[in-house]
Amino acid sequence: MFPGPISQIGTTMRMTGAQAVMRSLEALDIDVMFGLPGGAILPAYDPLIDANVRHILVRHEQGAIHMAEGYAHATGRVGVCMATSGPGATNLITGLADAMMDSVPVLAITGQVPSAAVGSDAFQEADVTGISMPVTKHNELVTQADRIAGALKEAFHIAGSGRPGPVLVDIPKDILQAEVDFRWPDHMDLPGYRPTVRGHTKMVKDAIELISRSRKPVVYVGGGVVRAGAHEELRELVELLQLPLVTTLLARGAVDDAHPLNLGMPGMHGHWTAVTAMQEADLLIALGTRFDDRVTGKLSAFAPGARIIHVDVDPAEIGKNRVADIPIVGDAKVVIGQLAKAASERGASAVPDTVAWREQLRVWKEQHPLSWDQSDDGPLKPQTAIKAIGERFGSEAIYVAGVGQHQMWAAQLIQFTEPRRWINSGGLGTMGFAVPAAIGAKVGCPDRRVVCIDGDGCFQMTLQELATAKQHDIPVVFTVINNGHLGMVRQWQELFYDRRFSEVALPMDLPDLVKLAEAYQMPGFRASSLDELGPVLDKAFEIPDQPVLIDLRVDPEEKVFPMVPAGCGNDEIVESADEWFARQAGMADAHEPETD
Amino acid sequence: MRATHTLSVLVENRPGVLTRVAGLFARRGYNIHSLAVGTTDDPRVSRMTIVVGADATQIEQVTKQLNKLIHVLKIVELDGDGSVERELQLVKVTADATTRSQIIELADVFRAKVVDVDHDSMTIEVSGAPDKLAAMMGLLAPFGIREMVRSGTIALARGDRSITDGAKFRVHRVA
Repeated sequence: MFPGPISQIGTTMRMTGAQAVMRSLEALDIDVMFGLPGGAILPAYDPLIDANVRHILVRHEQGAIHMAEGYAHATGRVGVCMATSGPGATNLITGLADAMMDSVPVLAITGQVPSAAVGSDAFQEADVTGISMPVTKHNELVTQADRIAGALKEAFHIAGSGRPGPVLVDIPKDILQAEVDFRWPDHMDLPGYRPTVRGHTKMVKDAIELISRSRKPVVYVGGGVVRAGAHEELRELVELLQLPLVTTLLARGAVDDAHPLNLGMPGMHGHWTAVTAMQEADLLIALGTRFDDRVTGKLSAFAPGARIIHVDVDPAEIGKNRVADIPIVGDAKVVIGQLAKAASERGASAVPDTVAWREQLRVWKEQHPLSWDQSDDGPLKPQTAIKAIGERFGSEAIYVAGVGQHQMWAAQLIQFTEPRRWINSGGLGTMGFAVPAAIGAKVGCPDRRVVCIDGDGCFQMTLQELATAKQHDIPVVFTVINNGHLGMVRQWQELFYDRRFSEVALPMDLPDLVKLAEAYQMPGFRASSLDELGPVLDKAFEIPDQPVLIDLRVDPEEKVFPMVPAGCGNDEIVESADEWFARQAGMADAHEPETD
Repeated sequence: MRATHTLSVLVENRPGVLTRVAGLFARRGYNIHSLAVGTTDDPRVSRMTIVVGADATQIEQVTKQLNKLIHVLKIVELDGDGSVERELQLVKVTADATTRSQIIELADVFRAKVVDVDHDSMTIEVSGAPDKLAAMMGLLAPFGIREMVRSGTIALARGDRSITDGAKFRVHRVA
């Protein structure tokens, strides 16, 4: 509908504010958005019909923003969602908070009641910029139609640059309806926003010096490495200096899990060797990560002998939880490149002597594999099911998880070989994330298989989006690791609350997921035993062109290990329930991991 | 006991910027002792003077978090010796014919001004560093304080340096 190509920057056209929104989205090269219309945003949905932007109609606004997040996780581009005022906008809040915690670039556009009604408790009015302030990187209430283009251009830029995050633009209905001379701005008015990209040269040199003198270094790789697309530079650096590394929950796949230097995932449910290597390290090289409590355990007991090099694009993360010996503010891709360059320029003297350390780590990895008991005729173990999913769909697929036991098992057991193939809610721990995020990931990467690995508790929080997947032909494989419980809560009640199970049982057949699949007009399969598992996954694998729902009924008794109990130091990592109960009974000595 | 730090913060003069700053302090658990806001010589820029109760590590976090707000342009910490700190205070004190002259004498010592007089009260305006205002309040207290109001501290660095140097409002061009 809009005359002339968008490349005609500098030309002015008369149009409505709503048309200006669509024109701006086109100018930003936004190919898809996720949303649901309503009163205040109605004007924007009319020019949408003719705009060169695909719109995915969701069933709940929380679905829209998690889809935008999934899209952003999978593609690295800014995910866009749109909702109406009041409840439409407040339904986005969980997703905004999630994106804020995990540094996901998201642009949320919300309708607002007409300017004259703002502040009058009008129908579907909520102070959305006020409510969303703590959970957005930035937000703006647009008060003039000629500000629409600038607000959206700046919001898009802020969301995707520096430390990425969610930005919300709230537009009153009368502003959408007003006439405006639209002109795509050629500059942005952001005098207070200048993210540091390049690391300080002297600090980079000092970091290489410190690395060269270390004997037990560990590279602590965080989600920032994935966000910055720094995986190539990272691999170069660790191979050059032979540095062992761990990848956090948000960085799984930043380095191939099969790489000999990769120790796996650190943290509360991390791989034993990854957790212990950090504890024993004499140097941590933290890249794009924030010393989160789920990684550090009790902070005062974390990596007591380690000096710290901390690289982050957000200066506020450096020194927030752990004092850095060498702080470097900058983009992970640029700084890791600087480090690799400085190291290679220095030559052999930059390479630390880590031979003995790597041998120690190799032995630990052998001695402390993940383990569970799967009998041929006993109940299907969730670990078995998740490992089989990963093997069936392979490392080319994108895996999207919710929050809880299934998430931890997936993070532990799936072999990740590339970044952006593992998507989950880390910082906020948002149950219900997986179904919509998987849909968003598939929209962003239509040529990849996308497998949603969800828990039965999580799944029921956002399962209405199955309709979205069906209606828009978004062929995600939805798997539900159905243990009939809020499994992680049950695990804590079993270990820490004396098996007093309180409000954690969700009947396994409520709803019947195969019937639910039928109701949503998609193939549905169930496996309840080891025998059934392979054939069901094969059947799902053979259906690449429509959504599929798989109910995997697993043993509710199974618990996630290793585990660092909350509030404990990482030295207190537990590898089995028996070990935990033995320790509780004062028999811990016989079960010290070192004597295994 | 926590030390206090005085932050001078240049912000874009936009609606909601005070909420952003105040909200940040509240949600991160930082303690504001006083906050004073006004526009600068450039009407697009406001200057906030924030006195924060925090130790050195915390004040570094406060500053870094404030810097992340898009509308914050520049932050400078003003130390006590290197800066001039002032607060304005109005005090309504009980004063009748028998005590009025004593109070006026007291006000003179503090270079305070009497700005309103009634039969049994008078209002005194005084400005100065917070410890001077506290001292005057201590001496006025026996006469009976009816009510008082303080503006919150404002401060400038001593010498010829200006925090607006190099932080002039400018358009950041992005291709």
